[in-house]
Amino acid sequence: MSKIFRNGLLIAATALFSVLLLAANGYSKKSTYVLGADFSITGRASFLGDPEAKTVRLLVSEINAKGGINGHPLKVIMYDDEGSATKARLNFQRLIKQDHVLALLGPSLSGISFAVIDLAKRYKTPLVSAAASDRIIINPKTGKTRKWVFKTPQSNALAAEKIFGFMKKRGIKRVAIITITTGFGASGRTQLIKYAPKYGIKIVADEKYGPKDTDMSVQLTKIKGTNAQAIVNWSIGPSQVIVTRQWKQLGLSKHMLLFQSHGFGDRRNIKLSGGAAEGVYLPLGKVNIGKLLPASDPQKKPIMAYIRNYEKRYHKPISSFGGHAYDALMLVVHALKAVGPNRAKIRSYIEHTKNYVGMHGIFNFSPTDHNGLTEAAFVMVVVKNGDWAIAK
Amino acid sequence: MDSIGFGSQLLQYIITGITVGSVYGLVALGFNIIYNSTEIINLAQGDFVMLGGMSSVFFLTVLHFPLAISIVLAILFAFIVGALLERIAIWPLKNANQVTLILITLAISLILEGAVMLIMGRNSYSMPYFTGSHTIFLFGAAIFPQYIWVIGISAVTVILMNYFFNKTVTGKAMKACSDNPTSASLMGIPVKRMILLSFAISALIGAIAGAAITPSLLMEYDRGPMLTIKGFAAAIIGGLGSFGGAIIGGLVLGISESLFAGLISSGYKDAASLAILLLILFIKPSGIFGKK
Repeated sequence: MSKIFRNGLLIAATALFSVLLLAANGYSKKSTYVLGADFSITGRASFLGDPEAKTVRLLVSEINAKGGINGHPLKVIMYDDEGSATKARLNFQRLIKQDHVLALLGPSLSGISFAVIDLAKRYKTPLVSAAASDRIIINPKTGKTRKWVFKTPQSNALAAEKIFGFMKKRGIKRVAIITITTGFGASGRTQLIKYAPKYGIKIVADEKYGPKDTDMSVQLTKIKGTNAQAIVNWSIGPSQVIVTRQWKQLGLSKHMLLFQSHGFGDRRNIKLSGGAAEGVYLPLGKVNIGKLLPASDPQKKPIMAYIRNYEKRYHKPISSFGGHAYDALMLVVHALKAVGPNRAKIRSYIEHTKNYVGMHGIFNFSPTDHNGLTEAAFVMVVVKNGDWAIAK
Repeated sequence: MDSIGFGSQLLQYIITGITVGSVYGLVALGFNIIYNSTEIINLAQGDFVMLGGMSSVFFLTVLHFPLAISIVLAILFAFIVGALLERIAIWPLKNANQVTLILITLAISLILEGAVMLIMGRNSYSMPYFTGSHTIFLFGAAIFPQYIWVIGISAVTVILMNYFFNKTVTGKAMKACSDNPTSASLMGIPVKRMILLSFAISALIGAIAGAAITPSLLMEYDRGPMLTIKGFAAAIIGGLGSFGGAIIGGLVLGISESLFAGLISSGYKDAASLAILLLILFIKPSGIFGKK
C-alpha cells in the first residue's frame, strides 16, 4: 500500500516538475511548433523516402537557423513506415494521438496514403501527401475533394496530357503504349487511354509487363508490327532502362519515338541505358532541371538554392521525390507563419494558397483542387548527349 | 522496313523465348545438381545467379579489373561462397529433415540478398556487352549479340556438366551419391564432400548465368527469388533430377511464355507459365524426363 502511495507521489512530483519546466521554457522562448512526418525511408520504396526525409531534415535545420517560424522553433517528428501500410497507419495514429502534431506530411507511396487518409478527417488534422495518385485527394466514390488531405506531386493525368500535347504539336497520331502492371503503371495506362481521344491520338497497341520482368523484346516486337509513330512506356526504374535499350536494339528507334513517364527522371537511367537513351522524351518537374531553366523562371532561384544546400549537406544529387517533400513541408510552414498553431486554420490557409512557388511547380489551391498544379508543372525533356535538354 | 511481318515476329518471339529459357534452364540445372546429391530444393539458387552478376559488376566497377577477369573472378567467388554456405549452414545439420534444410536455403537466400544490398545498394547495375551492341537482323528478327552469348554459354555449360557427371570419377561419384548414398559411402565415396561439391558447382553455374545476363538484362540485389521460381518450374517441367530435362524444361517455359505474351496477352504471361506447370503436373507429375 505504502509502495503504491510512494510511486504515486513520485509520478505526481515528476508531472509537477515537467509542468514547471515547460512553463519556464515558455517564458524564456516561444513554444515549439511540432509537425509529424511518415515516409518509406527504408525498404522497397526507400528511393522515395530517403531523399524525402533528408529534405525535411535539411529544411528544418535551415528554418531554425534563421530563427524559426515567427520566432517559434520548428520540430518535425519523423517515422519510417518501411514501405508497409500497417506501419504507416500506426505511425500516423501515434503522430496524432501521442505527439499531438499540428499537421502531417507523407506518406511516400500512393498505396500507403490510401491506408491513412481517413485519419486526417477523423482527427481533423491536415495531411499533405508526397504520393501522386489523384484518389488521395479525391474520393473516387463521391467524386468530392477530401477536405483535410492535400498532395504535392503532379498527377499522372497531367503527365499524360503533357506527353499527348507535345505529340499533337509534332503531328503524332498513332501511339503504342506499354505499361508496367503495378499501381503506378495501371494508373498511367488508365490516364493515357482516357486522354488520347482529346488530343486526336489513337492507341494502336496496349502492351504490359510485370514489375520483375527483364525482357520486353516480345512486347516491343508486337509494337513493331503496328503502324505506331511513337511509344509511351509508363513505369519506373530499371524496366524503363530495358525498354529503352531494346527499343534501340530492335531497330524501333528508327521509326518510333520513345516517350517515358516521369519515372525515368533520374540521370542514372541515362547512364544505365548505355547510349540507347539518346532521343528519349519525358515530362519532368522543374526541380530536376534547375540548371536548364531560364533566369526569368520564378522557380529557378529556390530550386538552385535547394540543389546547392542539399548537395553540400549530403554529397548526393537531389531527386524529384525530395522535391515533393520540400513542397509539402513548405506549404505547411507558410500556413503556420500566417495563421499560427491551429489545425483548422492551417488547413484552410493551404486550401486558399495561391501562386506558391515550389520545387515542382507554382501551386494554386482551391476547395476543389487540393493539388494545385497544372500541366505547366511539367517540362518536356529530351535526352541529348547523355543529359537532359529541354525539348522544343 | 517500316513494319515487321508475322513470320519475323514469330521468329523474334522464339529467339527471345530460347534466350530467356536457357537462363531458366541453367537455374534448373543448379537445382538438379543439389537435389541429386541431397534431395534438397535449394531456394537460394536464383540468388547464386544474382551473386554472379553483382560480383562481376563489383570486380569490374569497384576494383577495376578487365571484363573477362572480373567474370572469372566472380564465378570463382560464387564457387567459394557456395562451398562456404554448405559448410556453415547445411553440413552441421546433416541429420535434420528435408523441410528444415529447405528452410535453411531460404535463409541463405535472404542473407545473400541482404549482404549484396548492404555492399552494392538497391540500384540496378549493368556491365558492358561481351562483344558490342550491334544487333544482327535475321529475316527481320533482331538477335542481340549478348543473347547469342547467353545461349552459347548455356549450351557449353550443359555439355561440360554432362561430361563431368558421366566421364569423370568425381562426377560419377556424385551421381552414385544421388542414386544411393549408403552404398556410395560403403564403396568409399566421401558422400559429405560430394554434397559440398554439389553446392559449390551449382553456385558456379548460377554465377555463369548471372554474368551472362547482366549486360543485357541488368542486375539488382532482389532478382534472385523470381529466378528461383522460374528455375524451379523449369526443373519440375523437365523432371526433377534430370540434367537434360532441366534445359528442355527451361526452353519449354521460356518459349511458351514468350509466345503467349506475343500472340495472346503480355499482361498474363506469368499465368501462362504457371498453367503449363500445372498441366505437366496433371499429365505427367514426374516431369517430361522424370523417373517414375
